[in-house]
Amino acid sequence: MTTFLQFLVYGVQLGSVYALLALGYSMVYGIVRMINMAHGDFLMIGALSAIFIAMGFSGFMVDGRYPFYIVLAIILSAMILTGLLGVLVEKIAYKPLRDRPRMSSLITAVGVSMFLQNFPRALPFIGPQPRPFPQLFPLIQFRLGGVVVTSTQIILIVVSIILMISLDAIVQKTKFGAQIRAVSFDKDASLLMGIDTNRVISYTFLIGAVLAAASGIFYASIYPQVDVYMGSWLGTKSFIAAVIGGIGSIRGAILGGFILGITEILATSINSNLGYGIGFVILIVILLIKPAGILGKTEIDKV
Amino acid sequence: MKNKSILLSVLVVLSLLISTFSVGAIDPGETIKIGVVCPISGSAAIAGKYIINGVKLLDEEIKAAGGVERDGVFYPVEFIFEDNEAKEDITANAYQKLIYQDDVLAILGPDMSKTILAAGPIAQAAGVPNVGTFPTNTAVTEIGDYIFRACFIDPFQGQAAATYAWEAGYKTAGVLFNNADAYSKGLYEFFKLTFESLGGKVVEAQAYSGSDVKDYNVQLTKINAANPDCIFMPNLLSEVGLQIQQARSIGITAPLIGGDSWDTPEVTQIAGPKNIEGSVYVAAFSAENPDPIAQDFVNRFKEAFNGDLPNSNATLAYEAGKMIVEGIVNSETLDRAGVRDAIAQIKDLQLPSGTLTVGPDRNPIKGASVMRYDENGISRFLTIVNP
Repeated sequence: MTTFLQFLVYGVQLGSVYALLALGYSMVYGIVRMINMAHGDFLMIGALSAIFIAMGFSGFMVDGRYPFYIVLAIILSAMILTGLLGVLVEKIAYKPLRDRPRMSSLITAVGVSMFLQNFPRALPFIGPQPRPFPQLFPLIQFRLGGVVVTSTQIILIVVSIILMISLDAIVQKTKFGAQIRAVSFDKDASLLMGIDTNRVISYTFLIGAVLAAASGIFYASIYPQVDVYMGSWLGTKSFIAAVIGGIGSIRGAILGGFILGITEILATSINSNLGYGIGFVILIVILLIKPAGILGKTEIDKV
Repeated sequence: MKNKSILLSVLVVLSLLISTFSVGAIDPGETIKIGVVCPISGSAAIAGKYIINGVKLLDEEIKAAGGVERDGVFYPVEFIFEDNEAKEDITANAYQKLIYQDDVLAILGPDMSKTILAAGPIAQAAGVPNVGTFPTNTAVTEIGDYIFRACFIDPFQGQAAATYAWEAGYKTAGVLFNNADAYSKGLYEFFKLTFESLGGKVVEAQAYSGSDVKDYNVQLTKINAANPDCIFMPNLLSEVGLQIQQARSIGITAPLIGGDSWDTPEVTQIAGPKNIEGSVYVAAFSAENPDPIAQDFVNRFKEAFNGDLPNSNATLAYEAGKMIVEGIVNSETLDRAGVRDAIAQIKDLQLPSGTLTVGPDRNPIKGASVMRYDENGISRFLTIVNP
């Protein structure tokens, strides 16, 4: 039982990374109906920029640790930097293709993803080799019964949940959220109603990239190794999570992320040789029962 | 017109045939040409620099002795260096040039499995003995009977690690391996085979798939539950640092054992010096090996190259050259086929990284260095294992 609970902790930890990243996929899809394949790479950019910002702040270290306000500054500036990159990518690569066939923007997104992986790889001070991630959060182990929980895990899970709840509140309760929902419902009609759709789309990319940066920093805090390719597979996993939950739905993305994380860990614990595959079989079964995802709405294409 | 072109092509084929039959044989005292293929430019240029220096050291050694002595006749040796940029197609071009333009007796290098796998068939077809320096993939020597290598093959590391573990007194072992990677899986299988034939037992083997999963907590928790004396982790550089860190953070105290993928400072950086202290791994060569032949090689290398220490690339390039020279000395007829036969029969050749015997599958049987991480996370020579 304690091992089961321990595995559940690992599952929730992995799931919260997937959930944060899946949010970005879901929001962008919900609004511009495109799959931003480069979203996972925003996670990598977030983690990488945190490494370099932390290097810049190394003069502030006390006893080899960063004080709390510096950690906050590192995280926020990495998030803002990545957010701005997200907006830039949207302006340069996606906006000119918005009215073209959907396939064009999908291919462009794949291109952006490759660029974001290979450009830093070619830079001599980054390169392809994995690098360690600085320890930003204190590492304290707690024992609850037989279950070991670390302070980093608690911070990751709590902050992720706070971020998700506040995003949900913004979208559901604020005027800006109403604009997002309107654009997602019908872009042309909301333009006629006086909503600046370009601004809404830019903000969506900003929020998505900021959340990706946050998940990158949290991910790298638990698994302290960063390389330029880390975003590609994490992105794929989170995209699957978004589809499971029902792409376009924010709550669905969160649910999908946790389901994927927990299934993956538990399936591995049953049989490590097959676990990875078993996890995906379960996910396929979910999609067979609910093709639009757990919280997704079945849409009827209007002709 | 048509007849003319047929005649022409017949002539071309004939002249090619004649040239293949006449090349290779060397008159007494004539200069022997050996081609060296390595990455001089491109992404692996650093490895290439060490390979060149290893060969240069051998070159100086031969020059100082007045050439290679065979049946009382001294033959000067010329090494012809060709850049392969660590790329398959360019390696194939380099082989073509060395074999058909420079008319070399043998080819030394390259260092990577992928490049020798691409170009090796050219040497095999032309009947040119080829000794790779560091291509560890098992398929390399399967190209044909003219292809050799100076390094041990991947699975051999598993054997060496198991022998070390048993000699260190460990009776039970746990294994964490990547079942989607041939290197990792091969090392695990040979580790298990050797360890259990020595009398040990692999109590828990946990797999993970591919390099995309970075969470090994579940597997490590299960291994820890079996309470093994040691844990073998023959995994890739991009995975092993995190595995060590996660193993220690869930409270595993058993010593960890790895393969040559651990042989880089980045593993310590990611795992943290405190976590990695006391762990050991199998390496091709250590400059700290106290063996007199090894120390003589290290000192000469340092003297020749501004105090630079030889790494595995340099040592294996030097040793590949030594194997070819040994083949020349013992050949019955001084041509490509004669040198090939002599290389295949090398037995107990004394080299810096240990005694080398060429096995029936043209893979060397040689000792491996075991390295141990000290309290600063720096790997130090521990011992030599001879499986």
